[in-house]
Amino acid sequence: MARIIAGIGTSHVPSIGGAYDRGAQDEPDWKPLFDAYVPVREWLARLRPDVAIVVYNDHGADFFFDKYPTFALGCADQYAIADEGMGVRPLPRIKGDFEFSRRLCESLVYDEFDLTMCQEMSVEHGFLVPMHLCFDHAPDWSVAAVPLAVNVLLHPLPTAQRCFRLGQAIRRAVEADPRDLRVVILGTGGMSHQLQGKRFGAMNREFDHDFLERIERDPASLARMTHQELMEQAGAEGIELIMWLVMRGAISDGARRVHRHYYGPMTTGMGLITFEEP
Amino acid sequence: MPQLDRNRPIPDTIVFDLNESRKGYRINKMCDSLTSDENRRAYKEDEEAYLSRHGLSEEEKRLVRARDWAGLNAAGGNIYYLLKLGFVVGHGLYRMGAQMRGEPFEAFLASRNAKGAR
Repeated sequence: MARIIAGIGTSHVPSIGGAYDRGAQDEPDWKPLFDAYVPVREWLARLRPDVAIVVYNDHGADFFFDKYPTFALGCADQYAIADEGMGVRPLPRIKGDFEFSRRLCESLVYDEFDLTMCQEMSVEHGFLVPMHLCFDHAPDWSVAAVPLAVNVLLHPLPTAQRCFRLGQAIRRAVEADPRDLRVVILGTGGMSHQLQGKRFGAMNREFDHDFLERIERDPASLARMTHQELMEQAGAEGIELIMWLVMRGAISDGARRVHRHYYGPMTTGMGLITFEEP
Repeated sequence: MPQLDRNRPIPDTIVFDLNESRKGYRINKMCDSLTSDENRRAYKEDEEAYLSRHGLSEEEKRLVRARDWAGLNAAGGNIYYLLKLGFVVGHGLYRMGAQMRGEPFEAFLASRNAKGAR
């Protein structure tokens, strides 16, 4: 039977991708961020996952508001790297796992999570930054990946509670797959940030640390937060944090927290937390 | 359960909902088209023609010409789509942000914890 072996909550700030591409990992202002992921990559190399479910949001690279899915799951053998407006980043194509996606869709839809099924999807920084922070990819990715896009742009968004429950349903769906697969799930985005108006660049370090604490010990209390409360505290764009709850819903309360890190250099709280199942 | 309290607006924040998206649809669609080299080149070659081809109103064109990011945001432009326009016209995220805050770029950078991380 397939099983979830680990979960990761991580920011997906696009400037991390730019810094990565130009080799700025050792620059003093970037080093704290990149160094935090070195033990995570080593840990994941030991865990040897077969598939990564990456819960992320598109920022206008592949989806447009003409048709906007609340939850969209990639169901392809591979995923192209999107052009977000600055060209295509030099990363290998993402390897998918069609059979895993197909089973996931079947379980989730019959479990009353009505996903949009996507047989062509190109992925962007929301997906790619967590991938290259966590997994080796030279010459090719060390893990297959399934993109799960969440609407965090066009309100009404799915509630935090719905995201948490989706994670719980993903755990059931993975366990219904008879193949012997080791699955890791990533919830990405945030932490606090506001990218509009006079409050552009506002971060909330206290909120972010509290969120990291509660996602470990009391995720149900985060799932009860409304979008209003989340945006008041984490900023309008900080609402991306609801995607961490999908990850946490898929992780058992018996899981051990392994890594935790926080860095807020510019305009976004960059958080990291990992969990390992017993 | 209601998620937004319309009686309690979040300071300096536009919650991007269907009303905003409908209002800014042309702006966002034009920005969305800037995800190919070909279109970015066409934009740079003839901005006016590009804006007209995408059906922007005179007021929307004026906001684009003025690189008025707060104005474009208020007109329904979504920040992630406006960013694609920003790249093409040479305004990165932080320059757009400094303008929305109403301060010089250098002053904005000086207010950051580690300004080299950009």
